[in-house]
Amino acid sequence: MKGFNHIALAGVFLLIGSVASAQTITVSPNGEVKTIAEGLELVQPNDTLIIRQGTYLEHNLMVDKPVTIIGEGRPVLDGEKKGFILVITADDVTVKGLEVRNTSTSFMEDYAGILIEETRNTVIEDNRLIDNFFGIYLAETDKAVIRNNYLSASGERETSSGNGIHLWYSKDTKIEDNYVRGHRDGLYFEFVDGAHITNNLSEENIRYGIHFMYSDNCSYVENTFRDNGGGVAVMYTSNVEIIGNRFEDNWGSSAYGMLLKEINRSRIENNHFENNSVGLYIEATSRNEVKGNTFRQNGWAIKLMANSTDNMFSENNFIANSFEVSTNSRRNFNEFTGNYWSQYEGYDLDRDGVGDVPHHPVRLFTILVEKQPQSLLLLRSLLIDILDAAEKVMPALTPETLIDIKPQMDQIP
Amino acid sequence: MKALTILNYQWKDLIRGKWIFGYALIYLLITDALIRFGGAGPKALLSISNVMLLLIPLVGMIYGALYLYQSREFTELLLAQPLNRKTLFWGLYGGLAVPLSAAFILGTLLPMLYNGMFFGEQIASILLLLGLGLILTLLFTGIGFWLGLAFFEDRIKGLGFALVGWLFLAVLYDGLVLLTIFVLGDYPIEKPMLALTMLNPIDLARITVLLEFDISALMGYTGAVFNRFFGSFYGMITAVTSMLIWLALPLYGATKRFRKMDF
Repeated sequence: MKGFNHIALAGVFLLIGSVASAQTITVSPNGEVKTIAEGLELVQPNDTLIIRQGTYLEHNLMVDKPVTIIGEGRPVLDGEKKGFILVITADDVTVKGLEVRNTSTSFMEDYAGILIEETRNTVIEDNRLIDNFFGIYLAETDKAVIRNNYLSASGERETSSGNGIHLWYSKDTKIEDNYVRGHRDGLYFEFVDGAHITNNLSEENIRYGIHFMYSDNCSYVENTFRDNGGGVAVMYTSNVEIIGNRFEDNWGSSAYGMLLKEINRSRIENNHFENNSVGLYIEATSRNEVKGNTFRQNGWAIKLMANSTDNMFSENNFIANSFEVSTNSRRNFNEFTGNYWSQYEGYDLDRDGVGDVPHHPVRLFTILVEKQPQSLLLLRSLLIDILDAAEKVMPALTPETLIDIKPQMDQIP
Repeated sequence: MKALTILNYQWKDLIRGKWIFGYALIYLLITDALIRFGGAGPKALLSISNVMLLLIPLVGMIYGALYLYQSREFTELLLAQPLNRKTLFWGLYGGLAVPLSAAFILGTLLPMLYNGMFFGEQIASILLLLGLGLILTLLFTGIGFWLGLAFFEDRIKGLGFALVGWLFLAVLYDGLVLLTIFVLGDYPIEKPMLALTMLNPIDLARITVLLEFDISALMGYTGAVFNRFFGSFYGMITAVTSMLIWLALPLYGATKRFRKMDF
């Protein structure tokens, strides 16, 4: 009995010992451990690695144990364009407070500042990623959290620049409060499931603010996408929630506030589209709810291709857009109802707040410009207004059924 | 100085005529109504610019011609005085163009001031609008004077030309442009098209308005020539310079005619 007690006691001590051994290893330029590679060798699972202020010229740092890496005074990890910088392959890794710079650029390999591969529960928080090819690259991860990071690159061409936050085959990822600029695509999602993208700002990227494909059941909420080369592209996806985002200042002949291609059963609500060449471009997209959005001062508020069906546009505000809706067919398979159109010229005799005559958002001039883009020069000409008025009375070229039968008299709050 | 004295007489005469107040009142009512019912957004400014592009050329040309006819006796009386003809011309022209510009600017500006719109973030757009209105008023009053002097003996013809001229510049010209685009659309006609719009002062003013308010739509066009033209400050500068040239042309013609004319 006594012997057993001893063994039990020894067991308890062993247990305490292993908990207590979750120790901290400190890397500092003038300390015992001078390189991060050395520190990563020394750490045991569940340890914390603290990196003190300084510049570390290191690359291809493998994080293959579940550890917490914390930067104090924002240490700089400079890869000197020699490869990856941090490569995380273990579960439960947390990385905080680092500045990661200068990965290689390559046409063959996707070099990333922080590469996260086949892991669970990775947390990447409060880091700065400057001038990397790819910023944060997640492949086949589960439950990762990317929060409050600052990513900036100065790529000039699509081919020589990578994506800011890149997700591939990842599940249940949270991406919050990040800032991305100057990458190819600010955020890139392919075959991602259940991501929540909240409150990020993605601007001045070469191609898209967010590039989103084959990624079902995701939501992006209250993000801002501004002045990106092509705006935002959301493609080949079902069941996305796009709520409360801002799409601003995307100018160019192929720049869209948001491009939807083959998006089904999704909600696009309370977003703000301002100052884009095309606010919302919709192609082969069906059964979506577009509700409560504001389209302000866009060239075209909505370009709706006729292969899109059964979309419901309601309670949106269309304010001072050059063109409200344009389409490429005389037939209409979508429904517009209860929107506010600032170009509406009807009246409300019974004073119920709903205009008494339907609104035709597609003008004759929209069709003319579609056929001969040069005629855009005649925008706001008296002649065009006369032609539009005539077309409104007797629709001959514009889709007769693309009308809002309940145009609101006042802006919807 | 003598020009100013004449201007002063003209001004008093105009005020006695009262219609200048009516003209200012039109702008005041329109602007007030637009802001009151449409809000102080860019939409109000756009509507005001539409009204401006329509009304100023019409009023400027018609009254330019009409005013010369009305003040014929006064002009002939002054011609008998030891006055330089150039001075007399600028006095007469200023006597109409300055009050007309003032009527437009005050009429549009007042509602913006008491609605607080002027001090908002759109002040640049508002100033551009007022500036455009000013140049348009000076320009079309000049054209009106020119027409009035060219058909000094035949009022019907003068007024007729003013009306038809307005109709042509405001509507028919754009029809021709549209027709050209649809007939020759398959050819690279962007540069000639831009040149064509430069030939019409109303279109020039309209393009300037577009550059201010519809730049996002203009940038959506898939042609390098337009994009380069509209996408830079170059477009705005070209448009405004061409308008100033346009301003000089009728005034030069009118002064030349006025100096040599046998009244």
